[in-house]
Amino acid sequence: MRLNGSQILSKALHEEGVEVIFGIPGGTIMPLYDEMHKHPMRHLLVRHEQAAAHMADGYARVKRDVGVCMGTSGPGATNLVTGILNAHMDSSPIVAITVNVPSAMIGTDAFQEADISGITIPVTKQNYFVRHTRDLARIVKEAFYIARHGRPGPVHIDIPKDVLLNEADFVYPTAVDLPGFQPTFEGSLVQIRKAARLIERARRPVIIAGQGVLISQASAELLAFAEKTDIPVVNTLLGLSSFPQSHRLYNGWPGMHGYVYSSYSVDQADLVIGIGNRFDDRFCGKFSAFAPKAKIVHIDIDPAEIGKNVRVDVPIVGDVKRVLNKLTPEIGECESHDEWFEQIAEWKREFPLKQYPDDTPHLFTPQVINAITKATDGKAYIVADVGQHQMFAAQYYPFEEPGQFQTSGGLGTMGYSLPAAIGVQVARPDKEVWAIAGDGCFQMNLQELAVLIQDRVPVKIAVVNNGYLGMVRQWQQLFWEGNYQHVDLATGTPDFVKLAEAYAIPGWRVTKPSELNAAIAAARAHPGPALVEFCVYREENVFPMVPSGAALSEVIPDTPYVPAAIATPIPAAAPAAPAAPAPVHA
Amino acid sequence: MKHTLVATMADGPAVLNRVVSLFRQRGFAIDSLTIGKTHEQHVMRLTMVVDGSKTAVEQVIKQLYKVIEVRKVSDLTEDQTVERELALVKVTSKSTTLRTEILQMVDVYRGRVVDISTNSLTVEVTGPTDKIDSMISMLRPYGIKEMVRTGLVAMARGVMAGQEKGREALRLREVS
Repeated sequence: MRLNGSQILSKALHEEGVEVIFGIPGGTIMPLYDEMHKHPMRHLLVRHEQAAAHMADGYARVKRDVGVCMGTSGPGATNLVTGILNAHMDSSPIVAITVNVPSAMIGTDAFQEADISGITIPVTKQNYFVRHTRDLARIVKEAFYIARHGRPGPVHIDIPKDVLLNEADFVYPTAVDLPGFQPTFEGSLVQIRKAARLIERARRPVIIAGQGVLISQASAELLAFAEKTDIPVVNTLLGLSSFPQSHRLYNGWPGMHGYVYSSYSVDQADLVIGIGNRFDDRFCGKFSAFAPKAKIVHIDIDPAEIGKNVRVDVPIVGDVKRVLNKLTPEIGECESHDEWFEQIAEWKREFPLKQYPDDTPHLFTPQVINAITKATDGKAYIVADVGQHQMFAAQYYPFEEPGQFQTSGGLGTMGYSLPAAIGVQVARPDKEVWAIAGDGCFQMNLQELAVLIQDRVPVKIAVVNNGYLGMVRQWQQLFWEGNYQHVDLATGTPDFVKLAEAYAIPGWRVTKPSELNAAIAAARAHPGPALVEFCVYREENVFPMVPSGAALSEVIPDTPYVPAAIATPIPAAAPAAPAAPAPVHA
Repeated sequence: MKHTLVATMADGPAVLNRVVSLFRQRGFAIDSLTIGKTHEQHVMRLTMVVDGSKTAVEQVIKQLYKVIEVRKVSDLTEDQTVERELALVKVTSKSTTLRTEILQMVDVYRGRVVDISTNSLTVEVTGPTDKIDSMISMLRPYGIKEMVRTGLVAMARGVMAGQEKGREALRLREVS
């Protein structure tokens, strides 16, 4: 069958089961858009390419399959880069397609030309520059294969415009020929047995469940493993929701803003079993002082993650699900962990998570998270942005179902939550999705409000407004002698409720705890997208905290919620709230 | 410690770029890097000398394996190997006496004079890196006008590297 490049690409995407594409057209990509509308694929028109990549990323994480985004040449392509890197850091399988200037003009600094394949080398798992139409089908096949298999990640395909217009014979390949890409799925039995013996003998073991558990869809296997061995489970930030938090073995999340007792349990453990995690610096604190008394078992599909940051005693390279299926039956009688559980319980009693009375003089973010939890019965899918509100969301929302929490973990990309939540909602139309963003983050991609309306995506948005780049302010307060430099956003911040209204989205504003429930209920009752702005106490800090470069044992516990006599006013940008929360726009 | 690594990879315009980008991005210290064709079609062979701790070199190998085109990486450091480097050195030699002296010295290193002019001569020498270093240090006093070195290429003795190192490579993938 003789087809042109656009037809080949569209057919190939169809063969790969692509149902949704996030993108925006431009000069060079027009042949593809012209062809694509003939195929039954949903296309969401973004307002900035960065958001297209984040949407594909959020979609991929929840769908557990490849998300596709595309953009035109030059600026269209470079705008995708942040989103691609975000996917790379968090092992999210996306395929990003860009169309470059025609082959004859490549390298001439033509209008809207960028060496985008040169640019994406360090931020992708693999990238392609397609020279001939005849290569296109093979490359698409490889791209999806690579994105999906082994440790997932982003793949970028750049296609000169003429390659889309030229014709070639089309046969979609059924297999790939990639001798250099052979991920190890089965863990070595020798290592698994070594791990099993360590597990049987451990008296103070801890399981670290990372995002690999979610990627491998191994939550049930993790549960079986933890229950059989009776070992407490801590999560990494990205691993949150891989283990039910109501379970007696759930032991919180340690690290920079994790719980004190979780950090202590990792610090004092005699055996750490890392499952699909990467011992990131925000999790471990000071690497040289990480779990000093522990033997370390590390299960991961990417050999390069093993021993990268912390020493490992038993490395197991393989897919988490398959390794756990082999490991659990290998384990015999374990030592009793009763004393260990008592110790952890004692830490838990001594360092509880900060609690807030209902009648505080100001509004605090944890109260917001708690109110959303209550309203949604803990069943919503939460997409947190980056900063203080992200840490509060991770600390206070009780995740039960795999995939319920998504956030930009590795890159910490401000502006992630709204577009990613759109991707999540598209992947799971049956779920209630909340994007939780700070005022700083929200302003980095708020143009995507348009997509909520245009493409009928009913995401609920919680803007946590403290009029600051809150986390930076916290660091300046704690580590830079309170010298606040360029963190004050209060002047210039728009009226978020009116802004939502400008996009035909209803909005509510909450300034005190007593208004929380009514506003959240009103937003939930609205059938489409809705926004609630929460004006919180400005100088609130996130604790517990392991200062950057410190060991987990040096975690600074919670402070009392905030002294009663707080003087700083709530952001001035917000006008007085209406007595009863009412939609500004119906 | 210096490690000699050999990687075979599918050829392609972006492969070398990807490998170099990886080194730059992760800050690996590379002493030399050579790339060229092999007896197999579309397979390139890269020899690199990396300076670093065992853990750092292990990380280099693992990261190289993440490059999709890379098929096999072997650390030849502790093996019996044939190692060669080529250097061209242009030395000042204004008088006949000096010229004779240089020629004698070059002969000791089994070098060859490949070009000669009124006030310089160009020497070609191949051998292990230390031999070349040694010859260069002997020539330096005469005045080196220009010099180029290819960087090291290496091969395990006896059985073909790929076959011999197969198990080793697999083991490294599994991580030691």
